[in-house]
Amino acid sequence: MDARTAEPLLEISGLKTYFKTDDGTVRAVDGVDLAIGRGEVLGVVGESGCGKSVTAHTVLKLIQMPPGKINDGRILWQGRDLVPLDLEEMRKIRSKEIAIIFQEPMTSLNPVYTVGEQIAEVVREHEHASRREALDRAVEMLRLVQIPTPERRVHDYPHQFSGGMRQRVMIAMALSCNPKLLIADEPTTALDVTIQAQILDLLGEMKERFGMAIMLITHDMGVVAETAQRVVVMYAGRVVEEASVEELFDRPLHPYTQGLIRSIPRVDRAADQRARLEAISGTVPSLLDPPPGCRFAARCKFATAACTQAAPDLREVEPGHKVACILY
Amino acid sequence: MTQPLLRVNDLVKNFALKGGILGRIVDEVHAVDQVSFDLSAGETLGLVGESGSGKSTTGRCILRLIEPTAGEIWFEGRDIVKLDAKELGALRRDMQIIFQDPYASLNPRMTVGAIVGEALIIHGLAKSRRAIEERVVELLETVGLGADHMRRYPHEFSGGQRQRIGIARALAVSPKLIVCDEPVSALDVSIQAQVINLLEDLQKEFGLTYLFIAHDLSVVEHICTRVAVMYLGRLVEIASSRDLYTRPLHPYTEALLSAVPVPAPRAKRQRIRLEGEVPNPINPPTGCHFHARCPIRQLPLCSTEKPQLKRAADGHWVACHLRG
Repeated sequence: MDARTAEPLLEISGLKTYFKTDDGTVRAVDGVDLAIGRGEVLGVVGESGCGKSVTAHTVLKLIQMPPGKINDGRILWQGRDLVPLDLEEMRKIRSKEIAIIFQEPMTSLNPVYTVGEQIAEVVREHEHASRREALDRAVEMLRLVQIPTPERRVHDYPHQFSGGMRQRVMIAMALSCNPKLLIADEPTTALDVTIQAQILDLLGEMKERFGMAIMLITHDMGVVAETAQRVVVMYAGRVVEEASVEELFDRPLHPYTQGLIRSIPRVDRAADQRARLEAISGTVPSLLDPPPGCRFAARCKFATAACTQAAPDLREVEPGHKVACILY
Repeated sequence: MTQPLLRVNDLVKNFALKGGILGRIVDEVHAVDQVSFDLSAGETLGLVGESGSGKSTTGRCILRLIEPTAGEIWFEGRDIVKLDAKELGALRRDMQIIFQDPYASLNPRMTVGAIVGEALIIHGLAKSRRAIEERVVELLETVGLGADHMRRYPHEFSGGQRQRIGIARALAVSPKLIVCDEPVSALDVSIQAQVINLLEDLQKEFGLTYLFIAHDLSVVEHICTRVAVMYLGRLVEIASSRDLYTRPLHPYTEALLSAVPVPAPRAKRQRIRLEGEVPNPINPPTGCHFHARCPIRQLPLCSTEKPQLKRAADGHWVACHLRG
């Protein structure tokens, strides 16, 4: 299915999420546009502080307000704007329509309830189900995410699970109400590589089964290459490039994306390619007082005087390939 | 063959688990279980493995930041396990460490100048205040920082810059061996590349030897000449970087390599899916530690007999009953 022609499931436009701090206003998300089609896997990549997690958390209003504030923009969920909704209305959307899993499952599971009780609570919040039915659903969900002996483990507490198993519990909980979109915020970052592979496989299987869309937030270009269909690259609070995953790795256009791809050591290339890594010099600018113009200009090899004057718009330079850079 | 700079022989480290109101030893965690390897001057040996494999404990035992339970650690012909506190202090000039978390490993109340200069004073390497200052500036410039950074505090620096400070501190005493314990894991990829390049430059310039501990196999492949793979306290394979990555022999190494996601969406790779998780090091499995998850195991051999590290090819050693 072509996500661009059909109505998108989620369409974020001009989103600005700012945080008030003692030092001034941090412009964590500063004019982000992105869309996800039904059943699509969208990767959102970028380094620490690029605003990828804040964007995702803003969709579900999981940011503290104050100090956070949605200063501008729209978040259209199946055509309906989520920005003006109050907490009560948001609660009907969370888990039921849009669910989220986090990097560190221990911080999002309640340590004093069994995992069964926690999954059952989500089910009962959104569906008319008896306690018994909800607990049966919890067992069924744990079985789906391949936790051994689910009818026993449903009575265990979060600390009795390993990191990888806890992430499976989170996935079971997130999918228990059959959401249309799953936001996965660095779901495998805290896990070892063999466990990461298991969880990524599981997410793929769950997508086949439930047909939900996934917004995968990650800093790992390898994870995004193996999982996503389309990719949005963020830098310092803005989207700098968007393309299909093949196009992005074949022909990255933005100098930041190019630098990012070249700076990764590659395990799949045999040891004879011992090229020196191409580092991007300098560091990410402060979002307290971001530079005018393109935020990557100070680190960019191709920057000209024009780059520091006006921020480049995200423009479609080829069908399905957008970039925010005056070179194109 | 010339004598290696470092030779580790049957290194063992058990951590006691205390319990009950009397604090008696109730159990032991077998963190490092008879690990042996050599490290030649000027080379970079990677030590890889997942959480709990014992790689960091091995690195710390080598510096005697943790006291080994048993085994020998020969450095330039001396067994450092037997050294007393005074001799050990002198040895610290030759062996240094860089930590993963540059936030936790720098004293927040000390200026960068004091942090980098401290070792110069301890080892009496600079006679006057001026000499110390000159040497500190030189070190900061070596790692890509400047003289103006000397009077600032760690919190004023980014993660990548802080790691540079940690490297300058390690270099201050002109060491021969640096144990790099996950030195780039906490950094973003673009910054990670800067630090990896710096480590490579410094090695060339000062003839350093690195023991590079990391869980990121791509980084290790890039920087290391030889790689040792650990699983649950034991060394399962050791080979040149090229051999290990192109012709892995141990089934665990194969699975580990195949699990690394690569930034090439068109590549269709065959992933070896490992069942289950790393077992508990308090009660490790009998025989080969990997046998319960191994796709090629043969019972009862693999579950009863511990495989010894044996030579499979020139410089390529593997601990598996069925391979090599």
